[in-house]
Amino acid sequence: MINWGNFISQVFNGVVLGALLALISSGLTIIYGTLGVLNLAHGAMFMLGGYAGWVAYSYTGSFVVAVIAGTLFVMLVGVVMELVIIRHFYSRPHEDQLLVTFGLGIVFVETVRFFFGSLSKAVPAPPSLVGITSIGFMFYPTYRLALLGIVAVALIALYIALYRTRIGMIVRAGIEDSVMVDSLGIDVYKVFMVAFGIGAMAAGFAGIVNAPVVSIAPDVGEAILVQTFVVVVIGGVGSFPGAVLGGFIAGEIISITSMFNPSYSYVMLFVAMTLVLVLRPYGLLGTAGRE
Amino acid sequence: MTAIALMRRRRSFAIEALTAIGLFAAPFILPHLGFAPTTMSRIMVWGLFGIGFDILFGFTGLLSFGQSAFYGTGGMVAAYLLTIVGFHRVMLALIAGTIVAAIAGYLVGLIALRRTGIYFAMITVAIAEVFYFVEFNPLSEFTGGENGLPGVPTPTLPLGFTTIHFNTDWSLYAFFAFWYFVGIVIALRIVRSPVGAVLSAIRDNPLRAAAVGHNIHGYKLTAFVIAAAYAGFAGGLLGVMQGFMPPEAFTFDTSGQLVMQTAIGGTGTLFGPLVGATVWLYLSDFLQTTLHLGATWKLVLGVVFVLLVCFLRRGLIGGTKDLGEYLHHLMQRNEPKTASLSAATVNELNAAPRTPANAAAAAITARRRQPSDGSKPALQATRLSKRYGGLVANSDINFAVSRGERRGIIGPNGAGKTTFFKMLTCEIHPTSGTIVFEGRDITGMDVTDVCQLGLTKSYQVNQLFTRLTVRENITIAALAELRGKFRLDMLRSMAAIHGLAEQVAHTLALVDLTSRADAPVAALAYGEKRRLEVGLALATSPTLLLLDEPLAGMSPLERLEMVKLLKSISQDRTMIIIDHDMDSLFELVERVTVLQEGRVLVEGTPEEIKGNKAVQEAYLGGVVQA
Repeated sequence: MINWGNFISQVFNGVVLGALLALISSGLTIIYGTLGVLNLAHGAMFMLGGYAGWVAYSYTGSFVVAVIAGTLFVMLVGVVMELVIIRHFYSRPHEDQLLVTFGLGIVFVETVRFFFGSLSKAVPAPPSLVGITSIGFMFYPTYRLALLGIVAVALIALYIALYRTRIGMIVRAGIEDSVMVDSLGIDVYKVFMVAFGIGAMAAGFAGIVNAPVVSIAPDVGEAILVQTFVVVVIGGVGSFPGAVLGGFIAGEIISITSMFNPSYSYVMLFVAMTLVLVLRPYGLLGTAGRE
Repeated sequence: MTAIALMRRRRSFAIEALTAIGLFAAPFILPHLGFAPTTMSRIMVWGLFGIGFDILFGFTGLLSFGQSAFYGTGGMVAAYLLTIVGFHRVMLALIAGTIVAAIAGYLVGLIALRRTGIYFAMITVAIAEVFYFVEFNPLSEFTGGENGLPGVPTPTLPLGFTTIHFNTDWSLYAFFAFWYFVGIVIALRIVRSPVGAVLSAIRDNPLRAAAVGHNIHGYKLTAFVIAAAYAGFAGGLLGVMQGFMPPEAFTFDTSGQLVMQTAIGGTGTLFGPLVGATVWLYLSDFLQTTLHLGATWKLVLGVVFVLLVCFLRRGLIGGTKDLGEYLHHLMQRNEPKTASLSAATVNELNAAPRTPANAAAAAITARRRQPSDGSKPALQATRLSKRYGGLVANSDINFAVSRGERRGIIGPNGAGKTTFFKMLTCEIHPTSGTIVFEGRDITGMDVTDVCQLGLTKSYQVNQLFTRLTVRENITIAALAELRGKFRLDMLRSMAAIHGLAEQVAHTLALVDLTSRADAPVAALAYGEKRRLEVGLALATSPTLLLLDEPLAGMSPLERLEMVKLLKSISQDRTMIIIDHDMDSLFELVERVTVLQEGRVLVEGTPEEIKGNKAVQEAYLGGVVQA
């Protein structure tokens, strides 16, 4: 028998997780769409955001500083990674790009393990957001509620950055056809760098704002990466709206299945992914063309 | 090294012999370098696991990050049979595990292979994760969950008078080395077989592999199942080696380690994973026990791996080969060998006149599917239209070509010529209308089936198998005609295929590439590449050959050669040619169809077309004064 109170709170959890996955996946999909590189280190960047935030938090005790530090640090890592390594892989086969980003992911994870050990770290939520809040029909942890708001704002910010600014327009043009952008006299490498920075930033931001909910550990990004893949396959690679839609679908699937038996959540995700692959091979909002 | 290059060396069995010697000698050498016998056994297991993965990644070009699923499945099934069920025959349990893993591979492949490239990589990761969670929880009754399955027995070999127990470190090494050897012998046969050749064609250019008539989905699935079977068998060996089947076999780390070891050793060599595993396991032992780095060893290996991918893209084996070739090149430069070589080439050229085509042409005419009724058209398109949203690329085209005819299609840029060709070869499907080829409705069929019926195309932009040689390219296309679109002759050698060598030699002579047969595609001049492009289409011995701008981008001399070639191959064959070079085209063809804005403007003999006002207007925008 389904407990309806429990069910509704799980649906809510699904929305929160979905928003988070949407944000991380948009980062992945922006990078892929613009550069054509699938960043297998994306999960590690989520993790790095958490750790950078944790370090900032332990020095300052301020959650806001932690969020800013985590986000900016990962953006910086993304930009440097693009400049130093990824740039040399655009002309190489996709497989080489996968291998190098996979290797970088391991280097990130193991570096963090080297400095901070394998034990998990917690970043507490700011005092004003601790506790539970009544939302009329049920009580819900205040921070999770806030997290939904925070991530929604981030997603909207990302949307505005992509769809309402000049640089966003250039990045979107780069997703469509980077050769054309280049020949229009825009330094396409700068666009690539910006896109990689934005994509990494999304993962880093998600990593630190999620830290009060799930404590951070060096391998926390691995599960996230897998879920992000499913989101992107469901939504369509290279599609920002697809990443958002896929994120919410995946979030709900994981949360609702977890209510019955958590170990089946991956099975259900996989069933959803298979259905999409059979019915709409390019994802719900994806288009044919780019592989 | 490619499949076909391997094939030509097959009679010597040198690679097999060297492998056997290496495996036998290893216990006498490696311990002095600090290898423990258990490390060597682990290398064997990883090496065997990697053979299948290399067939999938190195030979077919499909990078899977989910091989742990099959490794774990094979291992768990074997261990379950040997522990919980209480089955005693280790070998049979290993084989059962292999079969289950192969079946799992088939089912997973059906889903994962719906996409390629990065999608494929992502899907395999996700599916492997499902296996991990299912193994861990819902199936923990069978798999021991997080405890794994302890008590896996060591193998025995009853010989009647005595029984060999593989229960010491060295005897286990012998057991694993034997199976590694079996694995490599089978894999070598596979990559040297026609199937292996098709797999490397798929890696290089899946579009063309399908267009010359191979069912690439079937072959990809085959490679996937082979990889899963190797993984399953290796997983079983893992349980035997440790006396315990660990659940960690299912983790993403396992898949990742396999990928990294293969890349370190070098892909597309079959031995890459063995070399990679040797380096990996040696370094991890060395870093942990000698340098006492603890958990940091993985960081060091990660950095090593990234550097290797950046700077040594073909891995250790590839890098060694490159170095060897470089040194060889340096040595050769010091010897005054070039002069005599070029003299030999000149002699050869003199001996072989540059019109080799006609004699060969007779032999390689479309010998299957002889048309029975001469009066029917070879190809008939009725009311063919293609729309892309609001854009009409072709509308209401009626078109018929009779058998043996040479037809030209001309029209200004954007007239819809290429779209029309793509519909005829079934690369794209018409929005409406029908296409009938040799009395058979082919509307809606796919490009592979149509090629098998005898209709194929040479592309406007070269679509070659770029990492193979000229001969290998032609062989791939000829195989499609001789073997049909899908056949699992994985253990057959190429030499056993009746008529293959003749057909390849004939095609090479026909396109005048005999002297360049063993050159890699990358070393060809543009005109040679164009001829190979036509050769790929010809090798499938089509009855109807479509040529999309065969003369484009060629020098005047190359054009003359190509026109001569096209004339020589037109006997007993129907040809349709698109080109912008009117003079050459009018000389070649018997009739011309003019397309304009997606419609047929006019049709007639070259003379009629030359004098046609409407055609002149179409090309020159109506400024021609009478």
